[in-house]
Amino acid sequence: MPALFDAVLELADDHLILGHRLSEWCGHAPMLEEDLALPNMALDLIGTARTLYDYAAQLEGKGRSEDDLAFLRVEREYRNLLICERPNGDFAQTMLRQLYFAAFMEPYWAAAVDSPDAVIRGVAGKAMKEMAYHVRHAGEWVIRLGDGTEDSAARMQAAVAELHRFTGEIFEESAASAALVAEGVLPARAGMRPAWDRVIGMIFAEAMLEAPEVPYPQTGGRRGLHGEHLGHLLAEMQYLQRAYPGATW
Amino acid sequence: MAQETPLWEVFIRPRNGLSHKHVGSLHAADEVLALQAARDVYTRRGEGVSIWVVPSRAITASDPDHAAETFEPTADKIYRHPSFYDIPDDVGHM
Amino acid sequence: MYSQGLIGADGATGETPEFLARFQARIDAEEKIEPNDAMPEGYRRTLIRQIGQHAHSEIVGMLPEGNWITRAPSLKRKAALLAKVQDEGGHGLYLYAAAETLGVSREQMTEELLSGKAKYSSIFNYPTLSWADIGVIGWLVDGAAIMNQIPLCRCSYGPYARAMIRVCKEESFHQRQGYEIVMTLARGTPAQREMAQDALNRWWWPSLMMFGPSDGDSQHSDQSMSWKIKRFTNDELRQKFIDATVPQAEFLGLTVPDPELRWNEEKGGYDHGPIDWAEFWRVVKGGGQMNVDRIRDRRKAWEDGAWVREAALAHAEKRRARRVAQAAE
Repeated sequence: MPALFDAVLELADDHLILGHRLSEWCGHAPMLEEDLALPNMALDLIGTARTLYDYAAQLEGKGRSEDDLAFLRVEREYRNLLICERPNGDFAQTMLRQLYFAAFMEPYWAAAVDSPDAVIRGVAGKAMKEMAYHVRHAGEWVIRLGDGTEDSAARMQAAVAELHRFTGEIFEESAASAALVAEGVLPARAGMRPAWDRVIGMIFAEAMLEAPEVPYPQTGGRRGLHGEHLGHLLAEMQYLQRAYPGATW
Repeated sequence: MAQETPLWEVFIRPRNGLSHKHVGSLHAADEVLALQAARDVYTRRGEGVSIWVVPSRAITASDPDHAAETFEPTADKIYRHPSFYDIPDDVGHM
Repeated sequence: MYSQGLIGADGATGETPEFLARFQARIDAEEKIEPNDAMPEGYRRTLIRQIGQHAHSEIVGMLPEGNWITRAPSLKRKAALLAKVQDEGGHGLYLYAAAETLGVSREQMTEELLSGKAKYSSIFNYPTLSWADIGVIGWLVDGAAIMNQIPLCRCSYGPYARAMIRVCKEESFHQRQGYEIVMTLARGTPAQREMAQDALNRWWWPSLMMFGPSDGDSQHSDQSMSWKIKRFTNDELRQKFIDATVPQAEFLGLTVPDPELRWNEEKGGYDHGPIDWAEFWRVVKGGGQMNVDRIRDRRKAWEDGAWVREAALAHAEKRRARRVAQAAE
């Protein structure tokens, strides 16, 4: 079932890469309370990635493990959305990136709980609740930063300008996921648009933010066409597995 | 010195049927952030099903210097306790 | 950590002998002291200092281990390490809150850490150079911390004791995850084994120093012991740690880097070689390789986060004002 393998891997990559980015904050957050909140979100994402990698490895049936998939593929083989690999930037960018992603994944997983695929159903049931919390947490921060001080409002609007161009890609299907949508295994990404627009619209209204026109939407992650940041992330993440091939950790 | 972020007291109900119990404190700018922080700080291991947060400055505490007059007068009111009353064992449990 | 927190503590106090005797009687009766209770100024000062330094140690302690979160070699290890470092942050938070009950704010304590006025455990001024360091820190550093913290669960000051109970409960997985990492390396390839031995070589002596100076050199130990802020001496805890740890190293086939280490049948414990106290004092006073980097990192997080904290406060104020305006309509 190569399409399912590919589609599961895409989802796993999204979650791992974004979880990895959030984990970079641990110990460096603006306040101690956020030093605990950010790892909680990172752990949710990494947990989901692990289940999905494990499933992909089973589907492939070539004896690869979750770690082989995570640590032994190079940039061009990674399928994550571009927004997931964007550097953390400041706290405004990190929270906005989380909101954009989670506001999509919450309704997506909610729709996937009816999937005929038992593993997808299982992941969806757990992840939809986690994503609902991420929307709330990130959303509350976007509101506070957008409608806080003059400085924070400027930073928040700058974050929107920086990240909004990557949001269109979230709604695109790859060849693999399109095949699974046709089979009714995965929900159609475009179907999440109204829910995403509504949540982002509500939060932006409170945060006094405006969604900009995007003249040049960015896309390509699903085909392995990433930005330059992903290579550095992978070099760091994969270092031990690459330096000591075949070792057990 | 930077402006201080307010302190909150956190109370958690471990499961329905039990009271909320004080578990600790945290800092947050407002009640929404305080609730979220309480969730992230104090329920990482499934410690609860309900959270209260209360601004620490909203709590009025009894004065330990008045502890004697406040609490000790109850010590000799032993007739409030069931063991004060002598009922023969033959009567059975009462 | 922790008993190092008493270095330089001023337990001197200006109260009347009657007051001090009454207070001591409460302590001797194993009564807990709570925030609003009358207490000697020296007791309050010593606690603020010790709890503050304990909290700082947890917070600074996030950095050396955090150094490996993004390089953890498997997804399982990554999740466990992230959860562990997150826990350290939580422990710092509980401890700051315990100190705040004594009338000092978190902002004040943070300023003292960043200005170099407040100390933290010397152990965190050593660099983490390999993945094995993460295992050895969990095994030795958390092991030493647990030795120190279990008696603190019975500390005379209620909020500190309660914070320690929560910390000890959460920390029980830390040492095990560390030991499991070292065990996996010790049973792995020759390169992994070498990595594990190298980490043990570098962390062994600094771990012993975590318990603080020898009893003869620890000036304020006696007062803290009689106030039950401390329940065992530095040397007693260090001995317990060595006795517990040496067999664990033997089980792994690793060598403790102390040629003078020997079982002493008579005392029922190990004798060990001399600890390099000159190095200890150098690192405590700021001369460790990482002292400057650790404080710089903490300062950066604090300063970079200022606009976020200010924005949250400003927003809260706006909401309050809007609520008032609405109510007035």
